[in-house]
Amino acid sequence: MIAGARLAASRRVSGLVGVILTGFCSALAAGLLILILGYVVVQGWGAINPAFLTQLPHPVGVSGGGVANGIVGTLIIVALAMLMAVPVGVLTGLYLAIYGRGLTAECVRFLAEVLSGVPSIAIGLFAYTILVQPFRHFSGLSAAFAFAILMLPLMIRTSEEAIRGVPTAIREGALALGLPDYGGVIHVVLPAARPLIVTGLLLAIARVTGETAPLLFTAFGSEFWELNPGNPMATLAMQIFKYAISPYDDWHRQAWGGALLLILAVLVLNVGARWALRGRAKRS
Amino acid sequence: MSIELDSHRTLTAARGRAAQRGLTTRQAVADRAFRVALLGATLLFVALVAGLFIELVHGSWESIVTFGAGFLWSSEWNPVTNHFGALPFIYGTLVSSAIAIVIAGVVGISAAVFLAEFAHPVVARPVSFFIELLAAVPSVVFGLWGLFVLAPILGHTVEPFIQRYLGFLPFFSGPIYGVGLFTAGLLLALMIVPTVSAIARDLIQAVPNELREASIALGATRWETATRIVLPSARSGIVGACVLALGRALGETIAATMVIGNRPAISASLFAPGYTLSSVIANEFTEATSSIYLSALLELGLILFVVSVVVNGCARILMWSMLRSQGRRS
Amino acid sequence: MQMTVVGATNDAPVEDEADVALRARSISAWYGTKLAIRDVSLDFRRHSISAIMGPSGCGKTTFLRCLNRIHESALGARTTGEVMLDGTNIYDPDVNPVVTRRRIGMVFQRPNPFPTMTIFENVVSGPRYTGLSGNPRELRDIAEEALRGAALFDEVKDKLDDPALSLSGGQQQRLCIARALAVQPEVLLMDEPTSALDPLSTLKIEELMEQLATAYTVVIVTHNLQQAARVSHYAAFMLGDADRVGSVIEYAPTQQIFTHPTDRRTEDYITGRFG
Repeated sequence: MIAGARLAASRRVSGLVGVILTGFCSALAAGLLILILGYVVVQGWGAINPAFLTQLPHPVGVSGGGVANGIVGTLIIVALAMLMAVPVGVLTGLYLAIYGRGLTAECVRFLAEVLSGVPSIAIGLFAYTILVQPFRHFSGLSAAFAFAILMLPLMIRTSEEAIRGVPTAIREGALALGLPDYGGVIHVVLPAARPLIVTGLLLAIARVTGETAPLLFTAFGSEFWELNPGNPMATLAMQIFKYAISPYDDWHRQAWGGALLLILAVLVLNVGARWALRGRAKRS
Repeated sequence: MSIELDSHRTLTAARGRAAQRGLTTRQAVADRAFRVALLGATLLFVALVAGLFIELVHGSWESIVTFGAGFLWSSEWNPVTNHFGALPFIYGTLVSSAIAIVIAGVVGISAAVFLAEFAHPVVARPVSFFIELLAAVPSVVFGLWGLFVLAPILGHTVEPFIQRYLGFLPFFSGPIYGVGLFTAGLLLALMIVPTVSAIARDLIQAVPNELREASIALGATRWETATRIVLPSARSGIVGACVLALGRALGETIAATMVIGNRPAISASLFAPGYTLSSVIANEFTEATSSIYLSALLELGLILFVVSVVVNGCARILMWSMLRSQGRRS
Repeated sequence: MQMTVVGATNDAPVEDEADVALRARSISAWYGTKLAIRDVSLDFRRHSISAIMGPSGCGKTTFLRCLNRIHESALGARTTGEVMLDGTNIYDPDVNPVVTRRRIGMVFQRPNPFPTMTIFENVVSGPRYTGLSGNPRELRDIAEEALRGAALFDEVKDKLDDPALSLSGGQQQRLCIARALAVQPEVLLMDEPTSALDPLSTLKIEELMEQLATAYTVVIVTHNLQQAARVSHYAAFMLGDADRVGSVIEYAPTQQIFTHPTDRRTEDYITGRFG
């Protein structure tokens, strides 16, 4: 009897210890975000000023300067990537949602899953071999191509899920009116699926905005204003990388400033994506 | 009432017209164009993935022909003599990823258990949210933080401390630089913890409640239920989540490049600098002057690609099989 | 056994050939490999209300969905048999199901207004997107006519640009009826149109059905016997067999089927001796 009670006590204690330890791990993981975020804000805040946001980088040894061309380059490359990834991603998602039962569809789905795990640097190499090597110069376009491929798996999956999520009753309502397949999809199904597709798009944009590896040998970087995506372009992420591994304190400071901008952009996109989703959940 | 009947008559009158109507030519064309667009986009996607593989093989062909399978276990990497072997990079990739997955596995699964089984929603929701946002932090920011914050702490405090007590082990011997395999592994671990914990949490939550209730009814505590009943039944899926996270660690480039030290050497000590497959590509690709050099770097990319496909394929199959068996059970 | 049932339904209560608006012949339908209805043949009289009743799972909804070829839109679903509409078999390979659905409208069990559209946009979505009319003034006229036809116009005329989902359930269902009418169909299929509605809304829609029958051929599926007795002119009773394969047991003028059912199973169902 007493032995039983003692056993129960030791079991309770080990349970309590377990809960505390696992709770500590949760706090550690969540606290890490706050730690990194806090560090970037503290270090980066001082670097951000009007010159940083509006000027070109200064040459080595000349202090000051900014990352304006990197910001603009990032925007242009991400916008181009979006233009490529959205039609292919949404249409493939539609294909999977509409004809998605056969072996072909399963294979496409599996390819998308696998592609989502392929290192971005390998995708950068692919962009290099088909869009840089033949033309013998780096370009913003090749970077956008690499980004588009990085965005595709997420775009395809969220589009398919969004379209499948539209109630059958709504789809059949369009069919029953005698709308052709494309009419029902364009006028009824896609508008109903749009919030979720936009969420996926925002997450995909957030993912590539912070990408650096595939840019090294596609966009390459530039010290100048470069608005033509046919030429090498600067991006914010690459500037951070370059400044961080340099030996200059002033550049380190600028790296933190760039990191702050980048992390804010990515977090805003992520929170925005979740927010768009919540609005939808509330309505239905 | 009569107004409504009138409107019916108007509609009836128009009906003759409606009955004659077929699909207009424009609609027929649009309908066909729509189908073609769907199929075309899907085929384009498949072609892109196939093209990715083909281009990598094509680009590394020179290196494959020149070095053969010996590329995988030669440890010489010499651009001057044009002798290339991938072993130091494979070693650095495997070691840093192994450190990462061990740490991230323990921390991530623990966090998942806590969030799914014990935490009140008021706590679980924001904590999960923060952990998921951690996954969104760009790797270059992780790298920056790793280089200026993590590496100095490890180099000045943690690694000397470990060495003082465990320095007799070859893994913890030798000079300490701050940057190195251990630092890279730890940083990678932080980066993949969200992957492990988010997926593992979802899988744990997917375990049917009847199992928990049955266990509690038998007199098990909640901790015992969580560790002996719930976790084992989600095991294959959680292993899948870890494999998936491992895949991300293997391919992670920028953050690893910034803290691993970038030295193509194989040393037993985890505190020594190393090099990974992806970071050597990142550092040397634009400087590769000879075509065989470029080809060797592309072959490293091909290795990364193949490994990531195998690893991800395994991870998906593990997770699918778990969800499917659960579907059968319930 | 099966033959006698088919024979019975062939003595359909429609005497005059010209009065038949829609004629289903030997319709069988599958979901994947599961047979849902076997060999159903029914004639529907022009400008009348025909009710199809039966316990749940008897295949009455499946049969209704075969009449406008919407059954086959589900993955793995399949239909055999013929449905004659004005002398043409709508299952003929030359006939486009999309065009057929414009002639045979449908109202569903639950109101399904298009969630992203306003009231007005919902009503005109058919004519607008099938290419019947793109003219704004004409669309406005069509919307008004259709809404009047569905006895909804007076309630919504001042808020046509409000979201369709702002309407009550009963109003949404009448909006869906208006949406179907706006395509100017000849036949209107209604799949338990009041099962998700409160009694007052149900009454409104039942009244509406009587008016609709002056201009349309209405086929309604219902598991509500009182409703079938109240609104329909003809009634068919369907029942699933041991394998849950549905077929028609009896088809007759409503009056007759409720007072002198010829089949024992119909009598059992009507008098409530059936689950």
